[in-house]
Amino acid sequence: MEIRWDWILDHLDDIALALWQHVVYTAIPLAVGFVISLALAIWAVRTPRVYGPITAVTGILYTIPSLAAFALLIPFTGLSPLTAFIPLTSYTLLILFRNIVAGFQAVPREVLEAADGMGYRGRERLVRVELPLAVPLMFAGIRLAAVTLIGLATVVSILGSTFGGLGQLITEGLQTFFPTKYVAGGVLAVLLAFVVDFLLVRLERLVTPWARARADAGAPA
Amino acid sequence: MTAAPSQRAATVEFEHVTKTYDRRAAKAGAPGAVNDLSITIPAGKICVLVGPSGCGKTTSLKMVNRLIEPTSGRILLDGVDAATRDTTELRRGIGYVIQQTGLFPHQTIEENVVTVPRLLGWSKARMRTRAEELLAVVGLEPGRYARRYPAQLSGGERQRVGVARALAADPPVMLMDEPFGAVDPIVRERLQNEFLRLQEQLAKTILFVTHDIDEAIKMGDLVAVFQAGGIVAQYAPPAEILASPASDFVARFVGTDRGLKRLSLFRVGELPLSRVVTAPVGSDGASTQRAAAEQPFEHVLIVEADRRPVGWVHRDRLPAGVVTPDAIESTSPLLDRRTTLKDALSMLLDADVQAGLVVDRTGAVQGMVTVADITALLHVPDAQPMNAAERAAADADAGA
Repeated sequence: MEIRWDWILDHLDDIALALWQHVVYTAIPLAVGFVISLALAIWAVRTPRVYGPITAVTGILYTIPSLAAFALLIPFTGLSPLTAFIPLTSYTLLILFRNIVAGFQAVPREVLEAADGMGYRGRERLVRVELPLAVPLMFAGIRLAAVTLIGLATVVSILGSTFGGLGQLITEGLQTFFPTKYVAGGVLAVLLAFVVDFLLVRLERLVTPWARARADAGAPA
Repeated sequence: MTAAPSQRAATVEFEHVTKTYDRRAAKAGAPGAVNDLSITIPAGKICVLVGPSGCGKTTSLKMVNRLIEPTSGRILLDGVDAATRDTTELRRGIGYVIQQTGLFPHQTIEENVVTVPRLLGWSKARMRTRAEELLAVVGLEPGRYARRYPAQLSGGERQRVGVARALAADPPVMLMDEPFGAVDPIVRERLQNEFLRLQEQLAKTILFVTHDIDEAIKMGDLVAVFQAGGIVAQYAPPAEILASPASDFVARFVGTDRGLKRLSLFRVGELPLSRVVTAPVGSDGASTQRAAAEQPFEHVLIVEADRRPVGWVHRDRLPAGVVTPDAIESTSPLLDRRTTLKDALSMLLDADVQAGLVVDRTGAVQGMVTVADITALLHVPDAQPMNAAERAAADADAGA
């Protein structure tokens, strides 16, 4: 197998576009999925009996094969970007929902009791106490969802060349027996996953300075 | 802990307060029920709720800031029914300290301390000043601690922050649920002492929950002993509970050593001193012997010319001629006026001559305390120890 660097240099703009499209296929479903999951998680924490049904529904969504999802959506959304975004978003829900709920549940009970006892109102407590303390487990879910999405987004190319993404480089490369193209797509997808995961770890550290303080809690008594 | 600014306190009254749980809640681990609780806590006093677990003491505490609502009855704060007040506003006006501290792990110590002021919308500058002031009050140097996170502090330091946080908006009432329960005994004792000293200046109305009878006796101006079913078996000052337990349950709960516990409430300085027959070095032994023969106490104290004690000699063996320091047969402990009678008794039991000497600031002997003097107090059932303010004044006199 020979890599044609000259082809790569000639098609840098195509590759960059595919990479950018791939980022969009990851970022938008992740953001939308997070907002939906957060709302569902807050609901489930406040009303525990909805936890089971939400897990069941998001679980079913998660099991639908992506190709089947595209096929089922095309009659309704045609070949619009929605056909790609809806399944990708729905795949994040189970992961994000469960992790966000776990994050809320990990908030120590005595912290909530202290917050109530000092006169936090419901929303103040949610925003100032529960959300910040749920962040570490939330981030575990976000990282998992992001990496999953980067993988799944390669399948979007099956919908046609208008959709693009790194998957398109891979599909076209395979169809034309042109290794340089599919290897470029594959390597970039892997690199993107690594970079995104790394950036999310950095972001988590940035927003949870207190969790790091715990690690080096060697303070004198 | 140093001076804190203001003194505000409120009377807290429980009027026939009852809390019952249905069977399902009880099964799910509901806290103890409370049965017809009627007690009044005067403004500025510490009331300790003590009893075995599940007896409703924490439930009673949490009904004051309405974390738990009573099934029936009323709780009045300075005459106002807590149930008629807005819960949020009520809670922001009541200090709350819990055993596991409940500090916010994601906030710095400074942010934790000014939790309630922030909810009340104080200015940033005012909150900063208040945080520094309070950290100093609880003995944590602001420059060193303000920017740290709770996880970087020791258990004892976290408890101090918990107390500072409860004091932040200067509430007239504080609720403390086993506030020193999660630290080791040495740190606990230090925190207790510091808190008592702080309370002398703050004079808040404090409801304090513990399961430890020794802590209750030490901390309480008043102690409510709870028994199973959320019933208050006795509500009285600690000395009274120890002297005359209201029931077998209270007697068992305070323990068979309640006499000794009661002694721990009194200080040497509160006892009348017994006279010591002294024989100054260089004086004539025969005359002292005659004086000593009339006393029930059989030992004579040989002292220096400036009345500093040298040691004891039995009156029969006091030399008839000139008294010399080498005539002494034994020595006995010097007692500080602030020593508790329990500690004093323990020291005396170890000594050959069972009398402790009390000296003034120059070291001159003023009198003695015997084992009999101490145990005599146990036979006065209504003897009351000094209150905190009297004790502070006495300590100052003694040159503390």
